[in-house]
Amino acid sequence: MSDNRVGEPENRAQGPGARAEESEIRADEAAVARAGGPVAGAEESAARAEGAGTGAEEEVLRPHAEDAFAYELKALAAADDRPRPARWNLSPWAVATYLLGGVLPDGTAISPKYVGPRRIVEVAVTTLATDRALLLLGVPGTAKTWVSEHLAAAVSGDSTLLVQGTAGTPEEAIRYGWDYARLLAHGPSRDALVPGPVMRAMSGGGIARVEELTRIPADVQDTLITILSEKTLPIPELGQEVMAVRGFNLIATANDRDRGVNDLSSALRRRFNTVVLPLPATVEDEVDIVARRVDQMGRAIDLPQAPPGADEIRRVVTVFRELRDGVTADGRTKVKSPSGTLSTAEAISVVTGGLALAAHFGDGVLRSADVAAGILGAVVRDPAADRVVWNEYLESVVRERDGWKDFYRACREVSA
Amino acid sequence: MTTPKPPSPRPPRSPDDAVRLLGVRHHGPGSARAVRSALDQYDPQVVLIEGPPEADAVVDIAADEGLRPPVALLAHAADEPARSAFWPFAEFSPEWVAIRWALERGVPVRFIDLPASNSLAMGGGSAGAGPDEPAGVAPDEDAATEDPVRIDPLAVLAQAAGYDDPERWWEDAVEHRGGVDDGGDALAAFEAVAEAMGELRERYGDGGHPRDAVREAHMRLRLREARRAYDRTAVVCGAWHVPALAARTTVAADRAVLKGLPKVKAEVTWVPWTHRRLSRDSGYGAGIDSPGWYRHLFGCRDRPVERWMTRVAGLLRAEDRQVSSAHVIEAVRLAGTLAAMRGRPLAGLGETTDAVRAVMCEGSDVPLALIRERLVVGDEMGEVPDSAPAVPLARDLARQQRALRLKPEAADRELDFDLRKDTDAGRSRLLHRLRLLGVEWGAPTRSRTAGTGTFRETWRLSWEPELTVRVAEAGVWGTTVESAAVAKAEDVAAAAATLAEVTGLAERCLLAALPDALPTVMRVLADRAALDADVIHLAEALPALVRSVRYGDVRGTDSGALREVAEGIAVRVCVGLPPACAGLDDDGAAGTRPHLDAVHAAVGLLTGAGDALRERWAGTLRALAERYGGVPGLIRGRAARLLLDDGLLDAERAARLMGLALSPGTEPRQAAAWVDGFLSGGGMLLLHDERLLGLVDAWLSSVPAEAFTDVLPLVRRTFAGFESGVRRGVGELVRRGSGSPGGSAKAPGAAMGFGAGLDLARADAVLPTLRLLLGTAAQAPVPAAAPEPVPAAAPDPAPAAGPLPALAGAPAAGATTIHDDAGGSE
Repeated sequence: MSDNRVGEPENRAQGPGARAEESEIRADEAAVARAGGPVAGAEESAARAEGAGTGAEEEVLRPHAEDAFAYELKALAAADDRPRPARWNLSPWAVATYLLGGVLPDGTAISPKYVGPRRIVEVAVTTLATDRALLLLGVPGTAKTWVSEHLAAAVSGDSTLLVQGTAGTPEEAIRYGWDYARLLAHGPSRDALVPGPVMRAMSGGGIARVEELTRIPADVQDTLITILSEKTLPIPELGQEVMAVRGFNLIATANDRDRGVNDLSSALRRRFNTVVLPLPATVEDEVDIVARRVDQMGRAIDLPQAPPGADEIRRVVTVFRELRDGVTADGRTKVKSPSGTLSTAEAISVVTGGLALAAHFGDGVLRSADVAAGILGAVVRDPAADRVVWNEYLESVVRERDGWKDFYRACREVSA
Repeated sequence: MTTPKPPSPRPPRSPDDAVRLLGVRHHGPGSARAVRSALDQYDPQVVLIEGPPEADAVVDIAADEGLRPPVALLAHAADEPARSAFWPFAEFSPEWVAIRWALERGVPVRFIDLPASNSLAMGGGSAGAGPDEPAGVAPDEDAATEDPVRIDPLAVLAQAAGYDDPERWWEDAVEHRGGVDDGGDALAAFEAVAEAMGELRERYGDGGHPRDAVREAHMRLRLREARRAYDRTAVVCGAWHVPALAARTTVAADRAVLKGLPKVKAEVTWVPWTHRRLSRDSGYGAGIDSPGWYRHLFGCRDRPVERWMTRVAGLLRAEDRQVSSAHVIEAVRLAGTLAAMRGRPLAGLGETTDAVRAVMCEGSDVPLALIRERLVVGDEMGEVPDSAPAVPLARDLARQQRALRLKPEAADRELDFDLRKDTDAGRSRLLHRLRLLGVEWGAPTRSRTAGTGTFRETWRLSWEPELTVRVAEAGVWGTTVESAAVAKAEDVAAAAATLAEVTGLAERCLLAALPDALPTVMRVLADRAALDADVIHLAEALPALVRSVRYGDVRGTDSGALREVAEGIAVRVCVGLPPACAGLDDDGAAGTRPHLDAVHAAVGLLTGAGDALRERWAGTLRALAERYGGVPGLIRGRAARLLLDDGLLDAERAARLMGLALSPGTEPRQAAAWVDGFLSGGGMLLLHDERLLGLVDAWLSSVPAEAFTDVLPLVRRTFAGFESGVRRGVGELVRRGSGSPGGSAKAPGAAMGFGAGLDLARADAVLPTLRLLLGTAAQAPVPAAAPEPVPAAAPDPAPAAGPLPALAGAPAAGATTIHDDAGGSE
């Protein structure tokens, strides 16, 4: 990650691919070198002594997975007698156990990292073992990043080879950048090249991670095609290439229901095995998740402690689930689904917002009226189509439901 | 096929070499293959199969090339076809393989289970999971899932082996054993299974299947007979029964068990079967999830996973999904590795499905559903040759034809039914049911005689020879006309593509009096309606549905569920219509207007006055009429008119709406469309409310010259729809000059025979006759004029009243507010 910082000033100073006039470059790079010279030197040493800082950081807010669960990984590696693919720290079976939890023969308890269908973890691990790239799909709040981090930690013991995808992610973030001071001083050479996380994973035979793959512009995404199919990364400036060694693989995460994403080209898509991480399976699970997160967030933003209003939370979760699944909880009536994602994360924010309303402007108890506006905002994303969906749902489902009269009225009030 | 005999087959579990007990998993392809090898190796002189002995008579038909599995042995009580049981066989069923093996070699085949005449009489089936629960071949492990009390032999074994899914254990332990064909001892596997089952039976006894004791006693008796007659006897039966058949009991003891069993006359025949029905999720499930997958396993000689993936890819390509060979390669690799990771010898259906999902379907379950439908279950449909005995459906039909005195004749003839008579109602029901089954014996026609009451039906009957074939084909659906029609209707509902199709089906189910099919049909209907985003589709579906509700009333069938669905759809229309009308262009508006009328009529039929739904519909109309932006003039005008006709909009407001719609700010074309919507279907209105006429007149004369040519065709079309008398009246009123709005009501001059004032005495005199006409006289307290078909069918009451000369003076007061008036004077 330290390498990215070196690349940044370069990007700002000149767009990628603007190596036209040599004199201009020199002028620009001189400026860069002046501005970032000392930093670059420091960073360089940091990059060399990669991973040196991992042990010393006790004050970090959130340690990496491989550090936080080092004990479990060690116990698993000791107990694991099954064949391991090249450069894997654990066998596929042990990786699955690490994620799903279990008890080892020596009595070590492995905590479950992912609570969900076993099948999903098995397919994900097997995909990595068959040397195919893994694409984790899902709506926000389905633990995509979490799963990807732990997979990388368990397989190659390093979850830090990460490319964070944004609309502005440049090709350099995926391939490599240049240390311009060196480039100017000594000309193009491997020493002047600053490898990106993917390149380092290729040469080291580890797992690289790409977060939010679909936010990356399509042309930048396609950089991955060569890497995934030819398993090589050419460096035309040097006439060289970096060949991936065995053990290299890539885990990408993407949001499949978000707006404004760049769909993967079919060429790229073909190189991934796709695993969709589902939303919580039951109402109980989801209510539990929402209640717990709401409680945490409420404390974090110093809300006056209000009773959590379990009924309202359940109601919000029920509404979200029914609209999302397109069928009522009793399975008897189908309903249309709105265009929004209605993820668990949104349910959490609806409840938190409602709590804030109740705490500051109401009597401190979460009531229907407090969440109604939030729900409306979450459901009606497209003012024309979603409003019909919502009204239909109100009239045909909510209205008839026992004990939901106040909720219905509150929703009618804000919907009108 | 012909395996070299191994030097010394291990001694069988049965006491001597004269009997081999081949315990199988019903419908297990691995078992089937093993059975074939075992038969080749053992070369028995007679093959005994678990199944009703009555089938001995029809087993020869299985050699006929025309009999193509999946088929089922159907046993039914001769005088009561509804009491029946099925023994389905697929190509990959071990029993089927054994039958074919024996028939090809001229080896006799005997069925040894309890006779159907006993089992049908014992009625075990009709009490439990449905009348057609296959008593014999139903896998025992499956019966257990239906009733948790019963123990599941395979689950116990699987648990012991560390599997949580018994099916998977069996697959791994037996079905996936590929080595049998390669010269191994084909009988050894069966011995191992027998041993395991022996342990189980020792522990659990009959495992809560009390009927088994009787069945097994019978099997033992038949086995003894066979052993007396032949040197080598092979028995193919469910693995569960093997220990019981090997047990040593006395003939007397077995006879005692079988003593005094009830008996009915039973008949057995072959019927075609389908893969869908073999699978667990349909009615007569044979207990297997994936007949298509099993068939594939059984059918392909090598590389089952590779071949399967190729078929999946082919299917997905046919559905326009991009699936390359690279996908297939990766899917095969993933499936193989998954199986290894899960510790299985070979990738099973679970692994292949996971691999297909991750590699070919981009993680989505939608294409997987298709794969399941087409490949995993499959569309396979069996065939039965003509030589098979007649299916019970045909007998049931013949009996009903006799009872209803409705002979199948080739000659065309037309029959009028009065549905109030029992026989005629029965005939109509039978014909409707047959139509549902695709047996087009009769076609409903329009009656030549004038009687058009809802209790009358006219049919044109003609029995074509091929209808016999159709009846035979329909035998797959059930054993009686009614049950078959129900099954067929449910199937059609599930497969229907459009909402209107399901609505039509619901109507037909009511006509055919199939209340049993209605829940399913209604469910599908409600689902379709809920998901249909096009409110126009809903509006199209509603009238037919409401008709069905009314029909239900006539025939005395319960239409509560139907009404519920209809009301649900109406609510959705109410919610969805205003947004759907916003922004419609002229053509769209013209297309929507008939639906507006139809829904209005339907809501009127469906509900009484004051009903919440009607209020809501009125609210929708009001929203349409009063929303100025976006909603086209035609719809706004129509909505206003419908409200006005129902007395939900007073003349004052109507005039205000018209004034707004026709104000100079409105584009003339829109204004003309409004007028079209408001006035079409009856212009009497203009004669009675001169204020409205004045507004139209004033607007028309203010249309600028350049816009006038645009507007003219519209206005012309509107007025051309009026009756000539009305047209002339309007013309005369205009010529007379109704310009002064204040004096219009008291306008002098007796144009068109209108008096200057209202002669109340004369008007009152008309009312009784009017009530009689409208059918409200008898039930005076109910202001039920609206739900009656007559005014609803012609939404504008004015024309209905118009032609009556006696009313010449009355309509001025009565026409537009006829319901209020009638109600108020009570």
